[in-house]
Amino acid sequence: MNRSGFSRAFLVLFLIASLLPIYWMLNMSLKTNEEIVGAMTMWPTNLTFDNYKTIFTDEAWYSGYINSMIYVAMNMVMAVLLALPAAYAFSRYSFIGDKHLFFWLLTNRMTPPAVFLLPFFQLYSTVGLMDTHIAVALAHLLFNVPLAVWILEGFMSGIPKEIDETAYIDGYTFPKFFVKIFLPLIKSGIGVTAFFCFMFSWVELLLARTLTSVQAKPIAATMTRTVSAAGMDWGVLAAAGVLTIVPGALVIWFVRHYIAKGFAMGRV
Amino acid sequence: MNKTFNNKAWWMVLPVILSVAFSAIMPLMTVVNYSVQDILGPDQAVFVGTEWFKEVMRDESLHSAFFRQLWFSLAVLAIEIPLGIGIALCMPAQGWRASLSLVIVALPLLIPWNVVGTIWQIFGRGDIGLMGKLINDAGISYNYTGDSTDAWLTVLLMDVWHWTPLVVLLCYAGLRAIPEAFYQAAKIDGASRFAVFRFIQLPKMRNVLMIAVLLRFMDSFMIYTEPFVLTGGGPGNATTFLSQYLTQKAVGQFDLGPAAAFSLIYFLIILLLSFVLYNWMQRVGTGDKS
Repeated sequence: MNRSGFSRAFLVLFLIASLLPIYWMLNMSLKTNEEIVGAMTMWPTNLTFDNYKTIFTDEAWYSGYINSMIYVAMNMVMAVLLALPAAYAFSRYSFIGDKHLFFWLLTNRMTPPAVFLLPFFQLYSTVGLMDTHIAVALAHLLFNVPLAVWILEGFMSGIPKEIDETAYIDGYTFPKFFVKIFLPLIKSGIGVTAFFCFMFSWVELLLARTLTSVQAKPIAATMTRTVSAAGMDWGVLAAAGVLTIVPGALVIWFVRHYIAKGFAMGRV
Repeated sequence: MNKTFNNKAWWMVLPVILSVAFSAIMPLMTVVNYSVQDILGPDQAVFVGTEWFKEVMRDESLHSAFFRQLWFSLAVLAIEIPLGIGIALCMPAQGWRASLSLVIVALPLLIPWNVVGTIWQIFGRGDIGLMGKLINDAGISYNYTGDSTDAWLTVLLMDVWHWTPLVVLLCYAGLRAIPEAFYQAAKIDGASRFAVFRFIQLPKMRNVLMIAVLLRFMDSFMIYTEPFVLTGGGPGNATTFLSQYLTQKAVGQFDLGPAAAFSLIYFLIILLLSFVLYNWMQRVGTGDKS
């Protein structure tokens, strides 16, 4: 009893520490700029929603959210669709160079993005994809596809091979087996993979900012530019920050069961 | 699982290879190209061989940036891995409490990296930030924009806040994968709490821990956005880590050649360290089993 009490206190303490910085931002987003700079208050004395109103009515702000969501969704769908057959191949077959290929995929997560920005810019300008959503989605595949293959392969290895063989004996063709039988079995794995793809694509800034200028500018980039241009509009900045957490919080709420249960099956 | 040998599996992997290669190979080739040339202007380049590599290897400020980076990554691993395991052990297994703590734990992961920097920029300020104000009120002088130790600690604390959740999520998933029968057997044997952790939970978490250590090592070694927003690398260059040093060179001073040479070396260092870490952890794991 004593031990469980201690561990509960430890957990609660950690959760509070996790929430404090986020609370502080939420707190600021509901204050006027005078109050933010003027005095330290634990909660807003003059509650105001003006900061949020600015964001929802100014196109420069809300288009950033729409752009981010478009390329994140594209990236998520592409990464999962590409990774599914590859992960199946890695989990079921051995072939010449499979180990090397797997390691090569992982090395793509290790490239320091900072100096690869310029070559990226040149490459996407050359193929005429600059400032489009698809460009960012493609660039983010670089680190999301290896991760997706890695996670899915773990889940697929947990499904016994006898299931494949039984399906073939029952007269299923491979595509029909894959869609009708195999995919439902690794549903939770797909959920977890989609969550991680969403997460890493949503939070990435450097590539997204480099490959876009106006038409596909992500919200994170909108925030950095406002800081440098209009001085420090803390309130609006905090409100924009709070709004960047919302989509992610919704996604994790939907996959929360899979995260625990799902991982359990896989190697990850 | 015994796998069938079938080279036709290449066709299933091909889409992945093509999509990744499109964004990986050509930029990498461009960087290799820069690293052996002196770019004077558009269409004006002189082949210089290994000169940039030699220059970079002799660069004193680069050496200090490298060691600063190494210490930072080691500190990150030393704090986040044990803390993450500890929190995962404390989390309830099921029920609404489990859901709630999972969602709260995951929240910091879902914040765009520059927003993370912005949050801490505000949070740590002595006049309008909760943390900065509390620490100053407690009588400790704290100012992350002026004092290099404070700045370094703030970046470290920010990273712990931001990324420990990843370790927690992975360890939690690993723990849930342990069948109940294992715990019952331990109970019958009268195993102590520590023995359960040491001989059941820790070995079962080996795979997820390996992923956690590798991901945290790679990502902390390439940290850029958060310290850039929070401190801009300062004061002085107390928090100028490798990525930022590199960007200053490539974008700020437009020294493309040395920057490219350096980023290749940087990439190789990460590759080598990850490889060593990976192999070492695999050996530790098999030692547990025997």
